[in-house]
Formats: sequence, structure tokens, C-alpha cells
Amino acid sequence: MQTKRMTFPGRFLPYALLAPQVIITLIFFIWPAGQALYQSLLREDAFGLRTTFVGLDNFARLFRDGNYLNSLSVTAVFAIGTTLLSMAVALLLACTVNRMIRSRSTYTTLLVWPYAIAPAIAGVLWWFIFNPSIGIVPYMLDMVGYQWNHRTSGADAMLLVIFAAAWKQISYNFLFFLAGLQSIPQSLIEAAAIDGASPMKRFWTIVFPLLSPTTFFLMVVNVVYAMFDTFGIIHATTQGGPAQATNTLVYKVYADGFVGLNLGSSAAQSVILMVIVVALTVVQFRFIERRVNY
Amino acid sequence: MVENRPWANFFAHLTLMVGVAVVVFPVYVALVASTQAPGDLLRGTLPMLPGAHGIENFTRMWQSGVSNAGAPPAGTMLWNSFIMAMAITVGKLSISLLSAFAIVYFRFRFRMFFFWLIFLTLMLPVEVRIIPTFQVVADLNMLNSFAGLSIPLIASATATFLFRQFFMTIPEEMLEAARVDGAGPLKFFKDILMPLSITNIAALFVIMFIYGWNQYLWPLLITTDPDYYTIVMGIQRMTSEENPQWHLIMAAVVMAALPPVLVILFMQRLFVKGLTETEK
Repeated sequence: MQTKRMTFPGRFLPYALLAPQVIITLIFFIWPAGQALYQSLLREDAFGLRTTFVGLDNFARLFRDGNYLNSLSVTAVFAIGTTLLSMAVALLLACTVNRMIRSRSTYTTLLVWPYAIAPAIAGVLWWFIFNPSIGIVPYMLDMVGYQWNHRTSGADAMLLVIFAAAWKQISYNFLFFLAGLQSIPQSLIEAAAIDGASPMKRFWTIVFPLLSPTTFFLMVVNVVYAMFDTFGIIHATTQGGPAQATNTLVYKVYADGFVGLNLGSSAAQSVILMVIVVALTVVQFRFIERRVNY
Repeated sequence: MVENRPWANFFAHLTLMVGVAVVVFPVYVALVASTQAPGDLLRGTLPMLPGAHGIENFTRMWQSGVSNAGAPPAGTMLWNSFIMAMAITVGKLSISLLSAFAIVYFRFRFRMFFFWLIFLTLMLPVEVRIIPTFQVVADLNMLNSFAGLSIPLIASATATFLFRQFFMTIPEEMLEAARVDGAGPLKFFKDILMPLSITNIAALFVIMFIYGWNQYLWPLLITTDPDYYTIVMGIQRMTSEENPQWHLIMAAVVMAALPPVLVILFMQRLFVKGLTETEK
């Protein structure tokens, strides 16, 4: 890691400057993480009176548990669905805005602000729109014969949370795609146009490949967002239902731990989530490092 | 684009307007719903134009909340959210500045160890450690307090890394000149580093304010006293009862979404800069 050529002397000052962050990190991050690791190896009885050390049994049980495996697949579907939907829409909007010159900043302003909306609020908004009894969309869907009810249909519930999550992410992805598009040299596009390539061909053979670092980066960020930041959406709308259809990994940690009070299992799930985050972060950093070298 | 294609321009504008409409639609529905009288929303079809009861709904939500659903007045909740967001933002910024300064401008034992320790926090979002962190906060008697709402969320690796990156780009000559003139580290920090970092600080301020305002899981877990509810989690409580009063809920939604949106709109350039730089 690089260092400054010249630094300040000082024996206690650096430690004093670092102290606030390190103390908070130790107390509220490292210590609880260690606790989670330790608790994942324990099991309490139903009344919380006795805890036994059970080693990796909590983990083994999780992988045999149908509900947990369901949770894994629900999270995968949710993450992939949200990522694809929000990135596709954002890419379309970014390419279109990129063509504009005079109205670019207006459209950008109009498209950027959903980032400010909390995921939980986005969930409540979409829940209201899709409410089976008083929502506007089920009313319209009823006119074409489809009975929407996310309280009984698992697929409807999944669609609802995917829409809410993707809607919010569109502005984030849009900003990054726009920045990526603007860094593509115009001369390449013009050269292709001179050679007779149509806009579509130009897009798929030049723009999209050059956009791939941004696309990859956004994919990782979107998956992390879908897995972790969307707790609010699920809690505010479907609470993991109906019948486990939207019970993502993060929601299950909360439900099993806080509501079901199965601390050992919840801690084991937390540990597994930690491993997943570490893997995703490592991927993100390693590939972003390489990206800087382009 | 490169050629002049009027049809393509037309379709481009059309696509964008549809895009903006899709993006704006839910909030427009919320605005319309918040201006309806209590019974109008239960009829099964939502009117498409705003009604006349806006002021009445908003004042009622602000002053008295929906007490039978366990939600205090929106005024209280908004104030709590504001304090929490400001505490988190100011806390994060100051801590990260100090840590980045220490890591970049000093050489001391365990420097790399502390650096990696801070890096580790990137991989521990609060959702991954909810129960143990809750236990720690409870043991420290920080439940139902502003300290408990904000302090656990203050240690941020992204801000530290951003400032570290930025400090690395500051020329060595600055430091050498300062030392030649006899400036100590704190003077250097206050008079040279801080003024140079103002844009970065402002950009991060926007991002972190939005992050702090929109906190949901953490306030949900550690507040049981309605006086400490924040607006984002308070809304969920209102929707979870038998017959939600949607017009009031939507009024609360509009009020909850307004401050961060205003912050983004007024500081848009800084916001974009902060976003595209922190994530790299």
C-alpha cells in the first residue's frame, strides 16, 4: 500500500485520532460478529434456560431444512430479478438520455430522485398500488381478467417486492451507466457510423462491451443491495409470506432470531450471510482493482 | 446521435417520458391518496386527481398521528429522523476524517492492522449481525435513545477510504511546506487539509444524510418507546394494522420522503459526485 513520502512524527497522536473509529468498530462490529460466530455453535432449549455447545450442528440442520433451502432460492430469484429489471431499465434510460444534449440535465434530475426514498417506503408505495382491494393496478388487471392478490399468490408477492426493489435502484444504476456512457470516446462511435453501422449494431458491438466494467460493478452492487438493503421492503409489505414465498435470507435471520427466538439458528444464518458478503466484497474489490488498470 | 434521425429523437423523448412517468407514478399516487377524505380510498378505485383534504390530512398526521396504530405524531417522528440522520452524518464524517488523516499522514506500529480492521467493517452490514449488536446496545443501556440510534452506525469504512484516497492525491509539497513553516499535524489538518476536502465532505454529506434518514432495520429493533420512533419505521407500524388509514399513511409517506428528495435535488451535482466516487 502506498505511503506518503513524508509523514508527521508523533507517538500518541495517531492512536488518538484513530481511537474513535477503532473503538466503535470494536464494540459494535467486531465484538458482535464474534458473538454471532460463537452463538452459531450453541443451541438453547425452548425456555432459554440451558445452552449446549453443538458445534456445527446448527449449520448442518440449516442445510437440511427445507425452509432454509427455500430461502436460498427465494433470495436468488429476488436478487436476479431485481438486478436484471433495474439494470435493463436503467441502461435503456441512460442510453436515451445520452443522446440528448439540451434536455439531458432535466431528465437526469427527473430520474435521479428515487434514490432518496427509503426501501421500506418504496415497499409501502408499491404495496398500496398493488393492494388487492383498493389498488389501482389490480383494478386495471381485473379488466383484462387477471386477479392480482399478493396475499395469497406467492408469485404475485415476489413480483411486488421485485418491482419495489427495482424501482428504487433504477436511479442509482442510471447514474453509473450515464457516467460510463459519457466516458466512451465519441470518435469510436463516429468511426463506426462512417463505416455504415446502424445505431443498434453500434450499441451491441461497441458501446456495450466498453460498458462492461460498469455493468459488472453494478451487478455486484445490485446483488448486494437486493440481498441486504431490501429488508425494509419485505418487512413493510409481505413479511416473508405468503407461505415463505418472499422469505429472503436476511429476513429469515430477523424472523428466526427476533420473532422465533431461535438464536442459534439465526446466528448460524448470520455467519453464512457474512461469508457471502465477504465473497461478494472480495469479488468487487479484486475486479474493481483490475478495472482501474484499463 | 451521429446522424440526424427525427423519428429516433421522437421515440427517445417518448421513452424517456414513459421512464419518468414510471418512476414518478408511485409518488404521484401517494400524493393523490394523501389528499383524499377518509372514506374515499376504500371504495375500490383510486381517483386520479388530488382531492381537497390535503391540508387536513397533513395537519392531522403531523399533530396527532395514528395513535391507535401505535404511531406517534408525524412531527415527533420526523424530528427523531432528522436528529438521527444528522448525528449519523456528522459522526461518520468526523470520525472518518480523523482516521484517514491518521492512516495517511503518520507512520506507527499496527498501522496496517488498523487499516484492515476498518476495512473489515465493509463486510459486516448491520443485517448480518443484528442480534449480537442488539445485545451489546442493550447491555450498554442504549436502547430507546438517540445515542443508540446513531452511534452503532457511525463507523464507516467507505468514508474513511474515500478520504484516504483523496489525501493520497494531495501533493507532498503541501506537507513539506507546512512542516518547513513549523506547523504541527493538527494545524496542518485544520488549515490545509480541511479546506481542500470541502467538496468531498459536502458530497458525502448528501449520501450519508440519506443513508441515516432511511435507516429502517436498526430503529425498528432498538426503539420500543414511541417517542423515539423514526418516520420510516413508523410508517410500517401504521400499515400493519387491520384497517390501515391510507390517506394518513400516504401523508406520512410524502412527509418522510420529502427531506431526502429535497437534499438530492438541491445538491444534485455534489450527490452524483459523492455517489460515483465512494463506490470505487
